[in-house]
Amino acid sequence: MSEPETSAKAVNGNADANAIEVRDLRRRFGHQQVLDGVTLDFPAGQITTIVGPSGSGKTVLLKHLNLLLRPDSGTIVIDRIEVTKLGARGIDAVREKFGMLFQAGALFDSMPIFDNVAFPLVEKTRLSRDEIAKQVRETLRAVGLEGMENKFPSQLSGGMQKRAALARALVHRPKILMLDEPTKGLDPSRTGAIHELIRRTQKNFELTAVMVSHDVPAVFEVSDRVAFLHQGKTRLNGTVAEVMAANDEVFKRFLAGKASGEENETALAG
Amino acid sequence: MSIVEMIERLGALVLDGILQLGQFVMFLLGAVFYMFVPPFKPRLWIRQIRTIGADSLFLIILIGGFTGMVLGLQGYNTLRRFGSEGALGAVVALVLVRELGPVLAALMIAARAGSAMAAVLGSMQSTEQIDALTVLAINPVQYLVSPRVLAGVVSFPLLTSIFDVIGIWGGYMIGVGLMGAPSGAYFNRIAATMTGHDIATGLYKALVFGVIVMWVCCYKGYHAERMATGVSRATTEAVVLSSVLILAWDYFLTSILL
Repeated sequence: MSEPETSAKAVNGNADANAIEVRDLRRRFGHQQVLDGVTLDFPAGQITTIVGPSGSGKTVLLKHLNLLLRPDSGTIVIDRIEVTKLGARGIDAVREKFGMLFQAGALFDSMPIFDNVAFPLVEKTRLSRDEIAKQVRETLRAVGLEGMENKFPSQLSGGMQKRAALARALVHRPKILMLDEPTKGLDPSRTGAIHELIRRTQKNFELTAVMVSHDVPAVFEVSDRVAFLHQGKTRLNGTVAEVMAANDEVFKRFLAGKASGEENETALAG
Repeated sequence: MSIVEMIERLGALVLDGILQLGQFVMFLLGAVFYMFVPPFKPRLWIRQIRTIGADSLFLIILIGGFTGMVLGLQGYNTLRRFGSEGALGAVVALVLVRELGPVLAALMIAARAGSAMAAVLGSMQSTEQIDALTVLAINPVQYLVSPRVLAGVVSFPLLTSIFDVIGIWGGYMIGVGLMGAPSGAYFNRIAATMTGHDIATGLYKALVFGVIVMWVCCYKGYHAERMATGVSRATTEAVVLSSVLILAWDYFLTSILL
């Protein structure tokens, strides 16, 4: 198997330019080594998309970045804070720096959209009702959901739910946005619209975005950088142009939608 | 399979059981701990008391009434054989207050509110809403579980008391109104026989059952598997385990409090 050619180009980048730095991250579940020494940088103000076959460790990596999981070893630096050894309070402080868009949106189905989007502000800030209402309306306008404040999540289409979830992730004005399969379950036209919205939002809010996606190669159009994970390791990492130009058989097979027997087994197991 | 493998598997099974029991206990301790840690959210407590308490009221009244009516009917027919129809009120009241009230009320609330709770939390788990809370730097146990356990502690004794009172009236309606037991003796014998200890026993039981039902139902829902059958399995397990624990603890509590 050929070694990655454009891998870890920014691995030794400086901390100022990187919003997130991951070094030699390892995590095992039972007998399965899901992350096997991932090293990656996420430059500030850019969209970095993590791609890879099923079972390659993309979602597990994202769950480490949003601090839902702790690694067995390795380090993660978010906004110059080493987070892997932080206690609960420290972790909560770091979490306030980022917003997260989950695969299915994870909107609270017992609340209307307004309350869903207002939730982080109501729970974590001391803003007045008027200030919260203003910020919620601004954010809903930014994602194109004006007038939907009183609807419940179940009354919205899949694409609208993603927009509402994006609004909730953005309402407290985070520095970093994490997106887990933001277009999963959407048709191609809605996928394009969500990609466009992510790009526009990232620019308007000057965010660092970390996105996990299966939507290759469509997602590359909105990405600045791409990290290709394979068998728990960073196989390729660089700008979209660098990764696309890489002469890597595994990546080419992935792009072509073909998997080796070993990958098929991993995907089925995962 | 070799004997070493069998021992290994048995060991793994025991260790897994101990781990799960530890998680189960730590879950309750966490929920209780976070009741006393700010930020306090009285509106969440009130919402849960309404869901568990007020919304179960009709069911409690219905079941309490019918239980009392059955006790009135059976009690009258049994006591008449001994010429003791006058003791009907005391029998109905003691059986309800000490035993049937707390147990049946708890089983009913477990079936209605407990199952709904397990389903809600299970659905939140499977749709990543609990992860969303965590990522928003909100402790999900404090936000979701502590208010429910607290609401159980408040609601169960109140609902049990209502169950008892309605049951006693149900017994009166049938025993006195329909069967002809002496009217004055019904309530006089209750006043003469019932002690504070009897009432306290029933309320202690209700309190313990409240904790058990909320604990089990929240735990099962919170740890529902993220698969198609996860929520339904969590709901079924929550109701079955709650019911078994209610009946088992009823025996132990009765032994202690008798």
